[in-house]
Amino acid sequence: MSGFGEHAGYIIGAYGLAALIVFGVVAWVLVDGRAQRRRLKELEARGIRRRSAARRGETP
Amino acid sequence: MALLDLANPTRFMTLADRVLPWLWSAAILVLGVGLYLGLFVAPPDYQQGETVRIMFIHVPAAWLSMFGYGLMAVSALGTLVWRHPLADVAARAIAPIGAAFTLIALITGSLWGKPMWGTWWEWDARLTSVLVLFLMYLGLIALWNAIEDPNRAGRVAAVLILVGSVNLPIIKFSVEWWNTLHQGASVFRMGGSTIDASLLYPLLISALGATLLFLALVMMAMKNEILRRRIRALRLVAASVPAGVSA
Repeated sequence: MSGFGEHAGYIIGAYGLAALIVFGVVAWVLVDGRAQRRRLKELEARGIRRRSAARRGETP
Repeated sequence: MALLDLANPTRFMTLADRVLPWLWSAAILVLGVGLYLGLFVAPPDYQQGETVRIMFIHVPAAWLSMFGYGLMAVSALGTLVWRHPLADVAARAIAPIGAAFTLIALITGSLWGKPMWGTWWEWDARLTSVLVLFLMYLGLIALWNAIEDPNRAGRVAAVLILVGSVNLPIIKFSVEWWNTLHQGASVFRMGGSTIDASLLYPLLISALGATLLFLALVMMAMKNEILRRRIRALRLVAASVPAGVSA
């Protein structure tokens, strides 16, 4: 990485922190999605359905 | 017809499931190529030397910070004028992702500014207006979380989004209206880009890849928000049914 010259620390720092933030957002979106799907399954397993789904006769 | 189809959250979920694998693949490929070209193939700038490589993440992040808020403003119109069922979902999904890209723009700008300007931060018009954009994103996230009813929260947030959108032209033209340390527009400007093609093409490829990544994240966050609202609806149904009676 010394190919980046005397300012290598700034360049590597910029790319590293940007990657950290992007991976943090990706992880948050994935974890949040998993949590929402789990909660929805738990509710549906209890037989609770949306009124629209109940009207259409959908199974949970 | 296609737009009307998308107004249905269930159809949107189906479409997103189909599109997302392709979007992710394209984002990783294009962004990977763009950053490789920017880091290892593009030559150093004749004035800024190697630090110009920070441009390949800073500029796309800065563009997307404004693009995200612009999308939120369109969504806010969708909420207030057309009451589009996905408009508030989209705005709420964009906010944290827009905030993250704005933070990247601020941090990488600071890391670029120190070796080039001799300072990490300067309270000039461009930097300050982007900081205001970041604070607007955070304020909107706090607002959505503070109001329990998502419909009411959506309408209040939509008004605030539209008021805050006045900041977008201020950010864009701040470098022309005031004296700032920040350089003026050098890519999209009258008379064409002033950046050499050896730096411009890696920048445009990185920007395209970052945009695809942004859209993939927004689409996933929209799916999560739709599920969150379904869960809320189911909990309301459960709460309204007397104990011992099936919903």
